[in-house]
Amino acid sequence: VTTVGPPQPADGQQLTGQPAGQYRVVGQSPAHHDFVDKVKGALHYAADWRLPGMLHGRVVRSQLPSARITGIDASAARALPGVAAVLTAADVPNNRIVELASGGLAELEVSMPVLAADRVRYLGEPVAVVAAATPQIAAEAAEMVSVEYEELPGVFDVESARADGAPRVHEVGNTLVSWRIQCGDAASALVAADVVVEGEYRSQHVEHAYLEPEAGVGWVENGVLTLRVSTQVIEHAATIARILQVPQSKVRVIAAYMGGGFGGKEDMTVEPYLALLVWHTRRPVRMIWDRQESLVGSTKRHPFIMRYRTGATSDGTLTAQQVEILGDAGAYPNLSPRVLFAAAACACGPYRVPNARITSSAVFTNNVPASAFRGFGAMQIVLGYESQMDELAARLGMSRTALRERNFLAKGDLLPTGEPVATCVEAARTMHRAVALLGEPPTPSGPGRLVGRGIGCNRHPYGRAIWFRDKAAAWLSLQADGTLLIRSGVTDLGAGQAASLCQIAAEVLGAPLDDISIYIGDSALNPPAGGTFATRQLYMSGNAVLQTARELRDRMAPVAADLLGVPVDGVEFAAGRVWPAGTGGGGVSVTLAELAAACEQRAISTAHLSTWRGEAGSFDPRTGQGDTFPDYTYGTHAADVEIDTETGQVRVLRYAACHDVGRAINPIRVEGQIQGGAMQGLGYALTEDVDIADGYVQAALFANYLIPNAQDFPDVLVDIVESGEGKGPLGARGIGEPPTGNVAATIASAIQDAIGVRPAQLPMTPERVLALIDARAS
Amino acid sequence: MTRRRLVLSVNGADHEVWVLPSDTLLDVLHDELGQADVRYGCGEGVCGTCTVLLDGEPVNGCLALAVQAAGRQITTLRGLMGPGDTLHPLQECFLRRGATQCGFCTPGMVLTALDLVRRRGRPSREEIRYALVGNLCRCTGYTKILDAVAEYAGQAAADAPGEVPP
Repeated sequence: VTTVGPPQPADGQQLTGQPAGQYRVVGQSPAHHDFVDKVKGALHYAADWRLPGMLHGRVVRSQLPSARITGIDASAARALPGVAAVLTAADVPNNRIVELASGGLAELEVSMPVLAADRVRYLGEPVAVVAAATPQIAAEAAEMVSVEYEELPGVFDVESARADGAPRVHEVGNTLVSWRIQCGDAASALVAADVVVEGEYRSQHVEHAYLEPEAGVGWVENGVLTLRVSTQVIEHAATIARILQVPQSKVRVIAAYMGGGFGGKEDMTVEPYLALLVWHTRRPVRMIWDRQESLVGSTKRHPFIMRYRTGATSDGTLTAQQVEILGDAGAYPNLSPRVLFAAAACACGPYRVPNARITSSAVFTNNVPASAFRGFGAMQIVLGYESQMDELAARLGMSRTALRERNFLAKGDLLPTGEPVATCVEAARTMHRAVALLGEPPTPSGPGRLVGRGIGCNRHPYGRAIWFRDKAAAWLSLQADGTLLIRSGVTDLGAGQAASLCQIAAEVLGAPLDDISIYIGDSALNPPAGGTFATRQLYMSGNAVLQTARELRDRMAPVAADLLGVPVDGVEFAAGRVWPAGTGGGGVSVTLAELAAACEQRAISTAHLSTWRGEAGSFDPRTGQGDTFPDYTYGTHAADVEIDTETGQVRVLRYAACHDVGRAINPIRVEGQIQGGAMQGLGYALTEDVDIADGYVQAALFANYLIPNAQDFPDVLVDIVESGEGKGPLGARGIGEPPTGNVAATIASAIQDAIGVRPAQLPMTPERVLALIDARAS
Repeated sequence: MTRRRLVLSVNGADHEVWVLPSDTLLDVLHDELGQADVRYGCGEGVCGTCTVLLDGEPVNGCLALAVQAAGRQITTLRGLMGPGDTLHPLQECFLRRGATQCGFCTPGMVLTALDLVRRRGRPSREEIRYALVGNLCRCTGYTKILDAVAEYAGQAAADAPGEVPP
C-alpha cells in the first residue's frame, strides 16, 4: 500500500472536449494507438504483408452481364511460366453460398456460386482465379483464360424485372423478398385526410470508394487456412469452411485495421478466392483488387424507387402514409433482404403515423449486386419521408420546422410495427440546433443566383434486426504489472471501434489508457463480437466490455477492500490504483499491480470472459407487426445553398449537422463520424452515380467517379446532443451510419426553398436542377 | 524485359534495387523496399494515397516510374519523423485535431500539405483546399484535416516569421 496524490484523469493526450462530469475517461478525446500509428504511417493494412514464397492472385471476371458459359479453356494460362494455379468452378469443393440475410424469415432461397459454373448473371462476376509468381504474370494469365459465352437476355431495372415475361435472373423468380409493415387503415385514412401529398423519389447506384481497395494475404499454418484481410466480418470464416468443406476449426480470419469499409467489406470480397488459391497451392497468396476492378465488380448501394402518399389534417397532423419501396438487388441476394427491411422499418421517419401501409421489395436484375453500404436502406428512405414533409408544409402554408415539431415521435409512441419507442426522442432539439449553427440566412452573391435553406431529420437504427438475438463477447485481463489486456473479435473500420472499448475499460477499471493493449479481429484468438456493421459495435461490444470490466472489478473489489481496510463497496478504481471511495485524493491506495498480486495470492483470477446479449424480439412478416431494431438515433442536418439559374450548379454555402448520440464516449471521433458521414451524403446527393447501362458500368475509372474532394463542399459544422438515454454503454447511441442519411433530403429541401420545385431524382446534378428550373419557368 | 540496377534514395538512405523499366515507383517502394506508408489506392493518379516527395515536390508514386526517381531524393511520410520515432509538428497537428480516421490517406495528405506550407507559408483555408484536391479522403469529410494543416501553418509562420511570405 502506497500513498500518492489524488486520482488524476487517465493518461493519454487530451485532444478536445470536456470530461462528461461523472466520468474520468469517457467523454474525453485521447489520442489512441491507432491514431498514432496512422499519423506515423506505421499501420500495416491488409496489402502490406508479404510472406516467403508468396504468390499473387487474380480474379477472372465475366465480360457479359447475362450469358451461358459454354466453355472455359485455361490451358494456355496454366502453361504460362510462373503460373501456379488456374481454378474454375469445378475446383470449388462447395460452390454454393446461401446467405439468407433475413435469417430465412421472408426471402427466396437463392445461392451464389463462388465461381460461375454455367451461367453469369452480371458483368464482373468471378469465373476463374489465378495464382502466379508476380502480379504481372497473374494479370497476363487471367487475360489468357478463354471463356466462351452464349449471350442471354438480361434485365437491368426493377420495373422491367417485375413485369410479366421478364427474363428471370434466377429460376425461382425476380422478387427476392417483399416486406409489409402496416398499422391502422391507411387507405381509409387517406380518403378522410384534409390534405394529401404524393411523390416518387429515385436514388442511384453508389460506390463505397474506401481508399483501401479490397485486399488480403492467406497462408496455411498448422493445417489451418489463415486469411489476413480487409474485412468488417471475421465470422465469414464459417462460410469459407463450408466452401472448402473443411471443419470450421480449420479456418482462421484475421481482420487488419481497415482503410475504410462503409459496408463494402461486410460481405466477403477477396476471401473465397484467396482461400481457394491458398488451399489448392498450399502456398501464401496475396490478392489486391485493382480500383477499376473494384468499381466494376464490388457491391454497390441499392438504387431505390420510393413512392409515397401522405395524408394530414388541416393543422398538419399526419394521419396516414402509404409507401412502396423497390430496391435493385442486382444479380445475387447478398444482404438485400435486410437492407429492404430496414427501409420499410424506417419509412415513416421520426414521425407519428397512426395509419401506415408500407411495402418494400428487393428485385433481382443483371446489374452488379447491391448490398450493405453505410445507412443500409434506412439512409435512402430519408429522401422519401422528408420530401413528403416539405411538400406537406408547402401545401399547408406551415413552416417546415413547425410541421415536423407537431409530428415528431416521443418515447412510448408506437411505430407502425406496433412496438413502442424505447428511449427519448430529441429530434426537435437537434433540428433547432442544426438550424442555429447556420446563422443568418444566405443572400444571393449576384444576379441569376437563387439561395435556399433546407433541413432534413432522420431516425436511424443502431444494432442488428432484433430477431437475430445479437450478442458480443469480450475478455479482459489485469496483468501482473497492473496493465490491462482486452481481447475482442471487433473489427476496426477506422472509426475508433477498438479505441472506444479501451476508454470504457479504462473508465471502469481505472487502468491508464497507455497501459491498455487491445487485440481485435481474429476469429481464432478473440471472443466473437459479431461483425462491425449496422452501427452495432459501440452498442454491442461497448456493452460487452462494460459488462466484462464491471464483473472483473466486482470480483477484485473485495480483495482491494481487504487491503485498504474498507467495506467491499467502498473502493474506487482510478488512475492505475484503487482508493477508498470518496477520499477525494490523498491517503492510502493500492496500485493495480499490487491488487493483481493480492488476487494471485488468493487464487482469484484477474482474467474474465463475458458475453453481453442484446434484447430478443420477433417480427411477423405476414401481419407486418413485431419488433424491428433495438433502438434509434435521431438527428437533423441543415444547409444553405446557392443555385446558378443559368447552369443549374448547386453550391453548398454552409452545412450543419446535429445528432443525439446519447453519450459521446469520444467526442472528437463522434464529430469525425458526423462530418465524414455528411460528406459521403453530399457526394450521394450531388455528384456520385455508378452509371450502369444495360449491365455495363460506365465509370470504370476512379477519375470518372466523383467522390467529394477538399474543395467541393464547405466544412461540416457539428453540434452534439447528449441525452444520456441510449441503449449503448453509459447511455450511448450509435452514430456510424446515421449522419449519411439526412444529407440528400437536406439538399433537396434547400433546392426546393431556392427554386420552388422539389428534386426527386439523385444525384441532383446541374442538368437535373436546370431542367427543374426550366420546367417551372415554362 | 530486362531488369536494371537502380539506386533509390529513400528518406536519406540509399537502396539498390533491380527493376523493370515499367515498374512504378509505388510498386518498388511498397513491395520491394517495404514502405508501407506509400499505398496503392487507384493507380490513376486520382486519389493521392501513393504520394511521395520527389526532391521535395509531391508526386503520385503510381504514375511515376521507378527509373525516373534515380538520383533524386524520395521522401515518404516516415521520412518526416524525428529521432526516436518522434512526430513531425504537422503530424502532431493531425493527431491533435483528429484529422485521421482509417488513416489510409494520411501519408499523402501530410506530405502534400507540408509542401504547400513550405511554398506558401501561411495559406488561406481556400488555398489548403485547392492544394489537397489530389488527395482524397472518404472518412473525415476534410474539416479536421483542414484544421490540422491551418494550425501547423500558423505554428510554422510563428516559429519562422522571416522565412514565410506575407
